[in-house]
Amino acid sequence: MALKTEHMVLNMGPQHPSTHGVLRLELELEGELIKKVVPHIGYLHRCFEKHAEAMQYNQIIPYTDRMDYLASMYNNFGYVIAVEKLLGIEVPERVQYIRVIMGELQRIASHLVALGTYGLDIGAFTPFLYLFRDREKILTLFEMTCGARLLYNYMWVGGLSHDIHPDFQRMTKEFVNYFKPTIVELDNLLSYNKIFIERTANIGILPIDTAINYGVTGPMLRGSGIKFDLRKDDPYSIYDRFDFDIPVGKGIYGTVGDCWDRYYVRVREMEQSLRIIEQAIDNIPEGDVQSAIPKRIKPPKGTVYTRVENPRGELGYFIISDGNTNPFRVKVRAPSFVNLEVMGELCKGHLVADVIAILGSVDIVLGEVDR
Amino acid sequence: MKNAEEIFDLLKKEFSDSIFSLDKDTPTEPIISVDPLLVHKISGFVRDNEELKFDSLMCLSGVDDANGSKVKDADGLESIQGGTLSVYYHLYSVSLKHKITIRTATPREEPKVESVENVWKCADWHEREAYDMYGIIFLNHPDLKRILMPYDWEAGYPLRKDYKNPEFYQGMKVPY
Repeated sequence: MALKTEHMVLNMGPQHPSTHGVLRLELELEGELIKKVVPHIGYLHRCFEKHAEAMQYNQIIPYTDRMDYLASMYNNFGYVIAVEKLLGIEVPERVQYIRVIMGELQRIASHLVALGTYGLDIGAFTPFLYLFRDREKILTLFEMTCGARLLYNYMWVGGLSHDIHPDFQRMTKEFVNYFKPTIVELDNLLSYNKIFIERTANIGILPIDTAINYGVTGPMLRGSGIKFDLRKDDPYSIYDRFDFDIPVGKGIYGTVGDCWDRYYVRVREMEQSLRIIEQAIDNIPEGDVQSAIPKRIKPPKGTVYTRVENPRGELGYFIISDGNTNPFRVKVRAPSFVNLEVMGELCKGHLVADVIAILGSVDIVLGEVDR
Repeated sequence: MKNAEEIFDLLKKEFSDSIFSLDKDTPTEPIISVDPLLVHKISGFVRDNEELKFDSLMCLSGVDDANGSKVKDADGLESIQGGTLSVYYHLYSVSLKHKITIRTATPREEPKVESVENVWKCADWHEREAYDMYGIIFLNHPDLKRILMPYDWEAGYPLRKDYKNPEFYQGMKVPY
């Protein structure tokens, strides 16, 4: 007589140490095997878009900080670019340079958290401490510039809230010199670690066509082996002036598009960010960072969709203006929101323990998923 | 790479009456307006056509156009009647590197738009969000339920311009 079997449903989260926030994954299991993963989100929903409709354009910037709180600078960046496009204002060179430097520093800081917590999820505790030590140095640079360590409200429409500190350039160069060897250290400690490779190589493989159809962007898409980076493919600000490469997944230890590739793309991206910073830091032109800030922001009627390469992927702002001082509609296309959707596809046929490895490699920030 | 006029002409040739207009007056982006009940077919066409190849949906947004008439009820609460809700599709072609925005408007009282979930998978959550926030019904969507709000939220659709915050949710006072 055949035994009757049925699938078990297991809830992972909303409070679970390795979900990086309040995310609930509903797992359908056959023994240890994953049959289905359904993510449930919305636990951190704060109605950003509703708030935005009730506020003036410049008052929205602090709210954008709180979406992807690990990459606040870049959220500011995307938003101010959208509003500037709507207003049609030119931003001074000095502001552009400082924005790019801050954006790239933020990318490194954000990747450091992503990589550190990824190691932590999988059981490597030491790299986490090393990486947070280095992130601290970036946060010090930010703190020196605008007084805040996490939520900056630094980039304003048409300018910046503060000019850089006289020591900023020197300290940033010191940081770049300090940080280069620590990437090698990270490689030796985690990237080429046998246990880490065993846990991540050949796990959660994302083929290119699936990735594009699911709208996946950022390091996840590049991990699948396609050279697509908005800084090169749809340049904004002054990124077209800098010389840098786009690292892609090559499947060195497994198949192209596995968790290790996604991890490794982030590591290599930090090097490229350092390259951009090195090229920009000595060429900051003189000028006033607040000269182009409009007294009153009242864009003409129209719509705009701009996108920037956030550390997690394509961050899009869709703004409709009806000619008032408040936007008529602000929609945020959050990279984590879209990237998380592919979880169900990635987890199929893997084991429960692999869900943690896959989720970590997607690198979500729930503040941005739920907005 | 094609510009908005060429894309519009191509669509007009294929679908004639269900492609309404090309709006170029907006300061930044040209928008093609289409029939809400033919969106699925049009999407399939723009994805598979050799000259267009829109293989990626960047963003899908619901919008309350608030172009109906404002009506005040006995308590002085304003609500909007008539008019339309819109859905904007921002498309991009990774291989050909061109973009286009497609817009479709649907009556506010019975907002129905065809789902494009099986054309671009990422539309799944975006459409659920538009349903959650505006109450736009996406026909043939496999699992149309709320996504950001609680599943048992009964007080309507928060991003509509005439939304009223309820006093209580499940017997708890809503503080804000």
